[in-house]
Amino acid sequence: MSVLVVAEHDNTNLKPATLNAVTAAAKLGDVAVLVAGSNCHGVAEAAAKIGGVAKVLLADDPAYEHRLAENLAALVAKLAPGFTHVLATATSAGKNVMPRVAALLDVAQISDISAVEGADTFVRPIYAGNALATVQSSDPIKVITVRATGFDPAPAEGGSAAIETVDPAGDSGLSQFVGQALSKSERPELTSARVIISGGRGMQSGENFHLLEKVADKLGAAVGASRAAVDAGFVPNDYQVGQTGKIVAPELYIAVGISGAIQHLAGMKDSKVIVAINKDEDAPILQVADYSLVADLFQAVPELAAELEK
Amino acid sequence: MKVLVAVKRVIDANVKVRVKADGTGVETTNVKMSMNPFDEIGIEEAIRLKEAGKATEVIALSAGVQQCQETLRTALAMGADRGILIQTDAELQPLAVAKLFKAVVEKEQPQLVILGKQAIDDDCNQTGQMLSTLLGWAQGTFASKLEPNGDSLTVTREVDGGLETVALKMPAVITTDLRLNEPRYASLPNIMKAKKKPIETLTPDELGVDVSPRLKTLKVVEPPPRKSGVRVSSVAELVDKLRNEAKVI
Repeated sequence: MSVLVVAEHDNTNLKPATLNAVTAAAKLGDVAVLVAGSNCHGVAEAAAKIGGVAKVLLADDPAYEHRLAENLAALVAKLAPGFTHVLATATSAGKNVMPRVAALLDVAQISDISAVEGADTFVRPIYAGNALATVQSSDPIKVITVRATGFDPAPAEGGSAAIETVDPAGDSGLSQFVGQALSKSERPELTSARVIISGGRGMQSGENFHLLEKVADKLGAAVGASRAAVDAGFVPNDYQVGQTGKIVAPELYIAVGISGAIQHLAGMKDSKVIVAINKDEDAPILQVADYSLVADLFQAVPELAAELEK
Repeated sequence: MKVLVAVKRVIDANVKVRVKADGTGVETTNVKMSMNPFDEIGIEEAIRLKEAGKATEVIALSAGVQQCQETLRTALAMGADRGILIQTDAELQPLAVAKLFKAVVEKEQPQLVILGKQAIDDDCNQTGQMLSTLLGWAQGTFASKLEPNGDSLTVTREVDGGLETVALKMPAVITTDLRLNEPRYASLPNIMKAKKKPIETLTPDELGVDVSPRLKTLKVVEPPPRKSGVRVSSVAELVDKLRNEAKVI
């Protein structure tokens, strides 16, 4: 059995979420990693160092500079027949491209798996994580996206895989990259942070997120938000934790002014320790929290920042 | 331009889903069903394109059991012009749905197809991408803004790091994200009017599509529950617990 993992990167850095997909892949067979990009040799070198990776395939071509789904899927589908499984992490990039790969191969995609039960059997959350389905695939090639929180990251160092160049599969001409507006932050990424502090509608404004940032600075935490806070325009969309946003499972998740709608809980309830700070003692978030504090966040959060100084 | 919008009938977003005791799935009898929220956003966007003079006709499309008619009626009450139901009692998986939709697209020749980015029941997030692929079209997934301009469509997409903008060759497939728009509520007069709008019924056989599932669900279980937590009375106590009991800071 041989498994192809489609690496996620920005032509310079390999995204840490790729490491979790490698762990899932290693349960299935020998792991090859595809690095498709433009001027991305450094990423291929990083991928070759991942523990457990046997081979790196490098497709370096302008058609893959922004990993447009139409172009990237054509390449992955062309390489896929040499493998039993093709995996990517269930990030916005992975979700964008992998169903195209599956459709080109005329196979089902198994989305967002949280466990590997066997070569053809996988566990995946459905209904916002309120149920776990075990599914078995009858297709010759399994196309899979991996929920990063379900698998530990593979070691980023320790491997010494050979890098093999593969031919590009051309530019479809269907879509063009126009631009991007990425949030810049010195803080860790939400999906790989050890500690996350998130704010909800109770924050009342975007400015008030500075209160959370002060706590985040003390804890080296990432800052997240509920859908309500994003919809209200307090913070950008990439802050959103939940069923349709980012799925996170940090060591510590602090939910501030978040009521705890099902769709938010779906994105964070696998966190190791959950703290909820909410003035409403009936808020559903308090039922999943390990430690809950019923208090006005505008008092409690500055107090928390001060207490962490001590 | 003609716009085709896919709508799925799902368990209402506010219902607490229960796993069946025999582990075959989740309880759906006597449970409130609604239109998948991302599909409401799709219908809304299509209607806005029509109101802006950019779309000429909005067709709502669904696949599944006979009761999907109700979901289509909701779309018609919001403002879609007509509906198409591919009726079947068979279990439908995303690849099969994409094949069914492709057959309808070939019949109807829309310039734009809009789907929700995912359905809140199976959380698959596949059908739009698959449909786009089968048609050989461009895709703009997780869209938060659409700007049609002639033969091209500029799409702002919600991605993990922020926003990305792509230009797509038309015809194209779009999948909606939450910030694309806020769907309207259907007014009572429009609900009445919707009853008279046509819904065409097709079958997978008529469309020549094999919908056999590729994935077999072996079992469905509830996730392990979290152990119940404790109330703390002060910030100082909270920090103490996190430091000395949970040892996470």
